Amino acid sequence: MMAGETQTKTMNMIEAINSAMDIMLERDPNTVVMGEDVGFFGGVFRATAGLQKKHGKTRVFDTPINECGIIGVAVGMGAYGLRPVPEIQFADYIYPGLDQLVSEAARLRYRSANDFICPMTVRTPFGGGIFGGQTHSQSPESIMTHICGVKTVIPSNPYDAKGLLIAAIEDNDPVVFLEPKRIYNGPFSGYYDRPVEPWSKHDASAVPEDYYRIELGKAATVRAGEAVTVLAYGTMVHVAKTVIEEMGVDAEILDLRTLLPLDIDAIETSVKKTGRCLIIHEATRTSGFGAELAALVQERCFYHLEAPVERVTGFDTPYPHSLEWAYFPGPVRIATALEKIMKD
Amino acid sequence: MPETHRRPASNLPPLSLHIPEPRYRPGDTPDFGDIEVPAVEATPRPGEATKPDAMRDMCYGLVRVLDFDGQAKGAWDPKLSAERLRAMLRYMMLVRAFDDRMFRAQRQGKTSFYMKCTGEEATSVASTMAIDRADMCFPSYRQQGILIARDYPLIQMMNQIYSNRGDHLLGRQLPIMYSAPEHGFFSVSGNLATQYPQAVGWAMASASKGDSRIATVWCGEGSSAEGDFHSALTFATVYNAPVIFNVVNNQWAISSFSGFAGGERTTFAARAVGYGIAGLRVDGNDPLAVYAATQWAADRARTNNGPTLIEHFTYRAEGHSTSDDPSAYRAAQEASAWPFGDPIARLKQHLIALGEWDDAQHDALRAELDDLVKTTQKQSEKLGILGHGMHQPFETMFEDVFEEMPWHLKEQCDQMLAEQEKKFGPNWKPE
Repeated sequence: MMAGETQTKTMNMIEAINSAMDIMLERDPNTVVMGEDVGFFGGVFRATAGLQKKHGKTRVFDTPINECGIIGVAVGMGAYGLRPVPEIQFADYIYPGLDQLVSEAARLRYRSANDFICPMTVRTPFGGGIFGGQTHSQSPESIMTHICGVKTVIPSNPYDAKGLLIAAIEDNDPVVFLEPKRIYNGPFSGYYDRPVEPWSKHDASAVPEDYYRIELGKAATVRAGEAVTVLAYGTMVHVAKTVIEEMGVDAEILDLRTLLPLDIDAIETSVKKTGRCLIIHEATRTSGFGAELAALVQERCFYHLEAPVERVTGFDTPYPHSLEWAYFPGPVRIATALEKIMKD
Repeated sequence: MPETHRRPASNLPPLSLHIPEPRYRPGDTPDFGDIEVPAVEATPRPGEATKPDAMRDMCYGLVRVLDFDGQAKGAWDPKLSAERLRAMLRYMMLVRAFDDRMFRAQRQGKTSFYMKCTGEEATSVASTMAIDRADMCFPSYRQQGILIARDYPLIQMMNQIYSNRGDHLLGRQLPIMYSAPEHGFFSVSGNLATQYPQAVGWAMASASKGDSRIATVWCGEGSSAEGDFHSALTFATVYNAPVIFNVVNNQWAISSFSGFAGGERTTFAARAVGYGIAGLRVDGNDPLAVYAATQWAADRARTNNGPTLIEHFTYRAEGHSTSDDPSAYRAAQEASAWPFGDPIARLKQHLIALGEWDDAQHDALRAELDDLVKTTQKQSEKLGILGHGMHQPFETMFEDVFEEMPWHLKEQCDQMLAEQEKKFGPNWKPE
């Protein structure tokens, strides 16, 4: 897992993400980081702390509160030859910039037959569990995967976050890099009423200080098992792991890490082995990414399945503020689905 | 009616909603006598470093150089050589000859779509001639004049229009959505005004690298209503980006007159005022005024004095596109009644007044350009026309979505190839 001889340091996800940008700003003079409050202040989640001071104002800078402008300007910078890394402060705010993402960034290579490309990485925190209410909690990953021409990446721990972000920045196509903000500072068991565990107690907080990359499009096996395959990403990887350990189910957990391009081989191999598949995401259910996963599993593994594919998701309502934990697909919802799928 | 929609009892006058309506509809006789035409000498030329708030009047006036007798006058006269003026005339005439031919090609069923820029040739040709060839242009869909003024091969434009074997965009784009990076011409989108913030980003990148190149971008007055336009102006003023914003106010956005973009209340150049950037309003049918204003804005941008918004006041003499029928919504004589005439006729008149041109030369040039276009068209059509035979290998449909083709696209590509083989038989090959 570790890259060569390089020294590791204990990092939380924010620090790992910061380190990835720091390294890319250092290595590639064309990398620029921009977004609301990312400059002097270092970002509302501190992901860009210290970067402006170190790399200068023309490399790391604040932008107007205008997501259409942020993404549109980044497309133009990419056409010039820069490698922009814009931050959208919350994934919930990406919608004003969606036309620039869907119709411009994603299509530029195709429509110009390689005359122009868009090597942009849009970083944005997503997901709930921080009492963010309906405008600071959404999980829009299936909107992103539905765009042809955009890659969608979601890390679940500091080590992956750094390696994936470096790979995303170096990628010559637009990447939407969704950061599960609930686990910025520590993995989340799903039990909101228990003390928060810091990343320092987790293996994946040992992060090499130097450059390394994790190839996009590859899932990670978080836990090997024979009884059921659990497909998850971001925060839900940790919640799933907690529930599985509590129940003593011999589940295989795949952390998808990249939703598009998807690691279909890993999914197919695992489901054919276990014969059961549980899909977990925090996003709303209808037309969620789980629907795509369920269809793929059905198409490719139908004759190996011993039970219907199950989905555990958020509900099809806006993310409520006070009733956040009734919305969140927590341990009860996951355990119920697991019991059902194991009984069939 | 729900309770909330009922007018409460009061003695206040009822509110009324204003729906803009153009002054002339089919059957009306248009009269543009109330359009203010300031004297050529009346418009001062501020220095290129003038602060925007000291030149607000420029947003409500009209930069002019050519009077209606073909004389170049006033502070804005760019004093171009006769040779340069003839080059400008040639480019504009070539645009018109090209437009006429390609419009006809669409009517003959050789392609799906075309858009002319008749009457607006100056807004792209003269504008492009006033900037450096290395500067980057972010066009809308009606700026074929940029490519022509930069000597882009006509055959490549035609190949794109026909989506034929020579189309370097592989038939992926609607006709006229060109892309020409070697000629400083950004890929045309088709979504409106998206190029506006992109041009600002390009200009910001150039400035951040200490480059000397600037960006220039076009949209119509109609699409200046898009959010992208306002995003772009905000970013441009915040970062003092070296960019020129062109709004080609040709009065019509398909069937919606400029009032639906706010034109009843103020000028489009005046959008600059609120953003604290320089604004110029120009007679868009006066090629020398367009040239002079663009040169002013380019000098301003290149010396770190920031962006400029130029409104080109002009008239769309023909339909929006081959899919449009302007006789259904506007008065037929509007173009001929337009008080600023035709840009080609005006430049011709000027060159004749200078003793540098005559009718015989003009007719000969027109014949030469018609012939050039016709000959090129024949060459292009040898590479195929739309809908007659297959010009691109089928798998190109799946290429360039990403730099490397992911598994799901490979699978879909195989599926599509199998479909084609089923349809055309095992010995089938794309032409």
